[in-house]
Amino acid sequence: MTSPLISVKDLTLRFKTDEGLVTAVNNVSFDIAPGEVLGLVGESGSGKSVTAKSLMMLNAENSVYDDVSQITLRIDDEEIDVLSLKRPRDQMVIRGGAISMIFQEPMASFAPAITIGDQMVEQLLIHSDMTPAEAKDVSIEMLTRVGIPEPAQRFGQYAFEFSGGMRQRAMIAMALSTKPRLLIADEPTTALDVTIQAQVIELMKDLVEEFHMSILFITHDLGVIAQTVDRVAVMYLGNLVETGTVRQVINSPAHPYTRGLLNSLPKLDDLEAPLTPVPGDIPSPLDRPSGCVFHTRCVESGAIAEKCRNEIPVYTSDSANHQVACHLATQGEQS
Amino acid sequence: MSNDVLISARDLSVHFPLRRLGFGERPVVRACEGINIEIEKGSFFGLVGESGSGKTTLGRAMLKAAPISLGEITYSDTDVTYDLGSLKGLELKEYRKRAQLIFQDPYAALSPRMTVRDIIAEPLEVMGITSSRAETDEKVREIAAKCRLNLEHLRRFPHAFSGGQRQRISIARALVSDPKFIVADESVAALDVSIQADVLNLLNSIQEESGITFLFISHDLSVIAHTCNFVAVMYLGQIVEAAPTHKLFSETAHPYTRALLSAIPSLDPDVRGHAQKLEGEIPSPINPPPGCRFNTRCPHAQERCRSEVPEWREMSSGHHVACHFSEELRAEFGT
Repeated sequence: MTSPLISVKDLTLRFKTDEGLVTAVNNVSFDIAPGEVLGLVGESGSGKSVTAKSLMMLNAENSVYDDVSQITLRIDDEEIDVLSLKRPRDQMVIRGGAISMIFQEPMASFAPAITIGDQMVEQLLIHSDMTPAEAKDVSIEMLTRVGIPEPAQRFGQYAFEFSGGMRQRAMIAMALSTKPRLLIADEPTTALDVTIQAQVIELMKDLVEEFHMSILFITHDLGVIAQTVDRVAVMYLGNLVETGTVRQVINSPAHPYTRGLLNSLPKLDDLEAPLTPVPGDIPSPLDRPSGCVFHTRCVESGAIAEKCRNEIPVYTSDSANHQVACHLATQGEQS
Repeated sequence: MSNDVLISARDLSVHFPLRRLGFGERPVVRACEGINIEIEKGSFFGLVGESGSGKTTLGRAMLKAAPISLGEITYSDTDVTYDLGSLKGLELKEYRKRAQLIFQDPYAALSPRMTVRDIIAEPLEVMGITSSRAETDEKVREIAAKCRLNLEHLRRFPHAFSGGQRQRISIARALVSDPKFIVADESVAALDVSIQADVLNLLNSIQEESGITFLFISHDLSVIAHTCNFVAVMYLGQIVEAAPTHKLFSETAHPYTRALLSAIPSLDPDVRGHAQKLEGEIPSPINPPPGCRFNTRCPHAQERCRSEVPEWREMSSGHHVACHFSEELRAEFGT
């Protein structure tokens, strides 16, 4: 197996707030291989976006990374220790260089008073040694590539002149024009209609193949996950609770939370099936439950509820590299 | 019109005139055009379509919160019959008690300065339904219990609640005046899947218990399919297909419905790329395409579709469609 493009090891991230230190990400480890699409799923407040932003050191000033946390980016045999990059100059490699990001709300991600074209050219001038004329050609070519009609004319327009789907395409074009190794897509289709969502997903799949880059795909929509990614990581309250290939996680979920998410989805092939919500709400990160973080909402713990309340489950892997952090799963293997 | 119909629209159009730009005719946004629907008493009526299709405007017209430009809307329950176009004064106030709205965003819909008790009690006081504070309190408690809010919750302010709980407060406020008809506009779109399932279950149980008629507006066909017993599909201000839910799914007759259905990402990772992609985006309602409004994006469009407006006709009992080639397409979709 080739070495991963990016390895996140024991990432723990806290925010300093007036109420004390809030743990947003707790001991999270995962790898992304070159050309792989990893999906990160979870409810709002589970820490998906914060985890992704850590890869680009984009978290707010009040964030504190734990000392043992490590994020390693490998580019052509060179290893970069991401969390040690302190100066903006050094951070250029992870901000738009080797890593690019597209955001959920494309209207809020473009500057409203600068043309789309100027914004695309600006970052190319920073990240490469192109001349402005070359940068313009490359930008227009990228706009063509993502399927924007009349790209030369669109190049000179502002974000408000684009429709939602077009804006997200332009965002993708902009993120990809510097040829990043890793694209972080934070809920890229959530604000779009299903028909436009289908177009954008199709486009992203094509681009992965063409540019051979990796994607970290953040979403709360398991349908989108099933259609898009190679591997899935499920997050709950800052912890990874399950990681595996998309088939392992969707077809045979090992964690009660993953099962809960799947059971609460309406299924088109069985309209009569009842929707079973995960009971309760996600607890406040200020008040993290002891033991297994999910025990306050778990309906399956039953006989071992005591154990779940007190002991933190170990993140274990089965033979097929399907990882889960749950006492039930480890118990099943022992018996 | 049969006796079981609670609210019906006949040839309804809602137009919003814009400011004149230079000379020529004043531009008009044709948000709804020539709509014919009947919502039966006690039904859970789903209205689905992309953003910009006019579904919210139609919902608002039925609450007399959008102008009725042409045609008419008739409301009739056991006691009264109203023609919404000419409704005013006391009768309009009376109608407000009978027809209520649940909004999309539970964070924006609740006043941050009012306690939950006051939020729920406000309609009772404004409409003069209860005569004493004790009576109001009792009514509030009764409704709160129905929406699974406890007494402790009533003293708090909205900021202390999660999205799902806030949506339950919105629902309680809509229910407190004992309405006969509720428009739920994208009421679960802003919620996480497990919370969404919880709110949908709540709406369903309220409907079964009290027999309230719901107009459930959503862009998510899988949610609609699961919740509603009758579905109408809207595109660019017109209803293109309407049928009982199971019929709409098993005998899809309009290419737009077909495209919406296939754009829903499948939960099965092994069924990938079956989406019948729809090219382009929804055109502007200021200047809709001639003929069938869907012809610019329809994969089956022919010459006739570009010139001749398709008739709104009944294909089989309860199943209406507006497409020239429904019979052929239905046979094709079926295979």
